Amino acid sequence: MIPKNIIPANKRELKNYIGIGTTIKNTLTLTHRALLKMIHNPEVFFDMTLMPITFTLLFAFIFGGAISGNITNYLPTLIPGVLIMTFVTSCGSAGAQVREDADKGIMNRFKSMPIARIAPLASILIADFVKYAVAGIIVFVIGFLLGYQPDAGIIAVGVTILFLMFITWCLSWVFAWVGMIVKSASTVTSVSTMMMMPLSFLSNALVPVETMPWWLQWFVNINPLSHVITAIRLMLTNGTVGLDFLVSLGCCFLILIIFIPLTLHAYKKK
Amino acid sequence: MNKEENSKENESLAIEAHGMVKKFGNYMAVNGVDLKVPVGSIYGLVGPNGAGKTTIINMLATLTQANDGTIKIFNYDVKKENNIVRQLIGLTGQFASIDENLSAIENLMIFGKLHGLSGGEAKKRAYELLEEFNLTEHKKKSVEKFSGGMRRRLDLAVSLISEPPLIFLDEPTTGLDPRTRAQLWKTIRKLVEKGSTILLTTQYLDEADQLADRIMLIDHGQVVIDGTPDQLKDSIGAESLQFTVRNIEKVNEAMKIVEKILGVEVQQVEDSNVTAPMTQIDKLVDILNELNKANIHLSDVHIQKPTLDDVFMTLTAESIKNVPGEK
Ligand SMILES: Nc1ncnc2c1ncn2[C@@H]1O[C@H](COP(=O)(O)OP(=O)(O)OP(=O)(O)O)[C@@H](O)[C@H]1O
Ligand SMILES: [Mg+2]
Repeated sequence: MIPKNIIPANKRELKNYIGIGTTIKNTLTLTHRALLKMIHNPEVFFDMTLMPITFTLLFAFIFGGAISGNITNYLPTLIPGVLIMTFVTSCGSAGAQVREDADKGIMNRFKSMPIARIAPLASILIADFVKYAVAGIIVFVIGFLLGYQPDAGIIAVGVTILFLMFITWCLSWVFAWVGMIVKSASTVTSVSTMMMMPLSFLSNALVPVETMPWWLQWFVNINPLSHVITAIRLMLTNGTVGLDFLVSLGCCFLILIIFIPLTLHAYKKK
Repeated sequence: MNKEENSKENESLAIEAHGMVKKFGNYMAVNGVDLKVPVGSIYGLVGPNGAGKTTIINMLATLTQANDGTIKIFNYDVKKENNIVRQLIGLTGQFASIDENLSAIENLMIFGKLHGLSGGEAKKRAYELLEEFNLTEHKKKSVEKFSGGMRRRLDLAVSLISEPPLIFLDEPTTGLDPRTRAQLWKTIRKLVEKGSTILLTTQYLDEADQLADRIMLIDHGQVVIDGTPDQLKDSIGAESLQFTVRNIEKVNEAMKIVEKILGVEVQQVEDSNVTAPMTQIDKLVDILNELNKANIHLSDVHIQKPTLDDVFMTLTAESIKNVPGEK
């Protein structure tokens, strides 16, 4: 029922700005919404689970013998490669989600409410951290089952997952921006696959660079993903942070500096 | 003195808009509409498809910016003070704006929290609203599995969660069954009793007639007429005479007789149904006498008061005729 009287407009406490506290509260509430959506639609985890499983098994059995003599010796090369491929394919999902929301009536409701404009966007990008974490853990579990034991131990595994989560999060801003400028949500996913798939294959993810022709080596060496992969291989075997690690982080900050303003600008115009 | 009265008037207006204009490219979707809605009233916006009703609501509810004109909601400017305005309004758009992937209760809780309610308050409000809109038994169901009417009800419930003093309802009863519609009318009246102001659009003119204190009829983005339902009905003239001729061949003859007596144009509605504006009721006796003399028999005759449907038909047809000349 509607029990009490409605407070008239002139008796209300009103403010014409949205403070940082409200912004954070709104973002958390909407992150909760995005997480609930994941729980209701567990299919979103399927591709993130299925892909690393098939890739690891497939590549381990096909290339393992040829490249490293046997499967176990190949795993330290392969696992970081599969990790990066898994993460990289999921970096478009936030952009697609943002776009889907923007196309639906729910965006009109958000717009008519006194909430921080940025909250619907930010919440989706935050909630996707959960997906990334799940993906990272799955790859390591599969590797472990095949006999992979990173020399640097469990802490290095944790650092690697966090590092990759951050990198993927930065990349997801690129596709959040793509989501704002293309026609539909499905375009975002195809753009991200078209861009990231070749990038992840044309890297040192699966095979040693030395086996490639010189022009390919040239590209593989400037591909930022190769630096990321080298960085996590070093982290997982030695437990140390090398130059590649820093170069990767540098690339990420560059992406953030360019794409956060671009995305916000496109988002506000919508 | 005058100034004081003026400000008093402003205070009692929930919506005050002057010369609202919205263009899409070269197309004038809304073309200079003025709107004044007093606090505590129900205002109905009616008009043909594409007239500009939704566009007007979108401008009032801060979803789109008007190209021209001033809009004030409780005396707050929608452009400069849009966040204040957003704290004072609830909107149920023409199309569903709830989250398909969440359950009913989750939708209500999330939107409650976004409006600044605590978890406990949001839950309490959510349950009250589920009860009010007969959704309690479906609270855990995902909205994807809702029927059209259930979605509509949840959509309405979500817009009431902040107990706003001004509520926009864009075709709130479209797709609702008769009982649910009647319940919604009750809810709307109750909201007004508690102090809310309501602006609604509808394609059901009897609904506007029943609910609204004032109605505005718009067409091609312009106001055709506004006033109380009775004023609107009076505007298209008085009662009309309607009769059915038993023998179809004699319809034309009957029409001529009536035209001669009343001195107005008579219209053939269907095969043997005839209608004519009737300013002098006592001429009815003459008509019946003359028809009788001409040996024309009627199977039905009655005097009809104009309905809002007549207002709609007459006035929007007129503006269709006028528009090409204007452009
Ligand atoms: N985003 C838009 N871009 C271009 N034209 C638009 C847009 N939104 C509305 N219009 C046009 O503006 C006019 C008014 O549309 P509006 O939705 O306000 O009509 P309405 O009165 O709500 O109609 P209905 O009864 O069908 O809901 C229509 O001619 C429509 O095509
Ligand atoms: Mg409409």
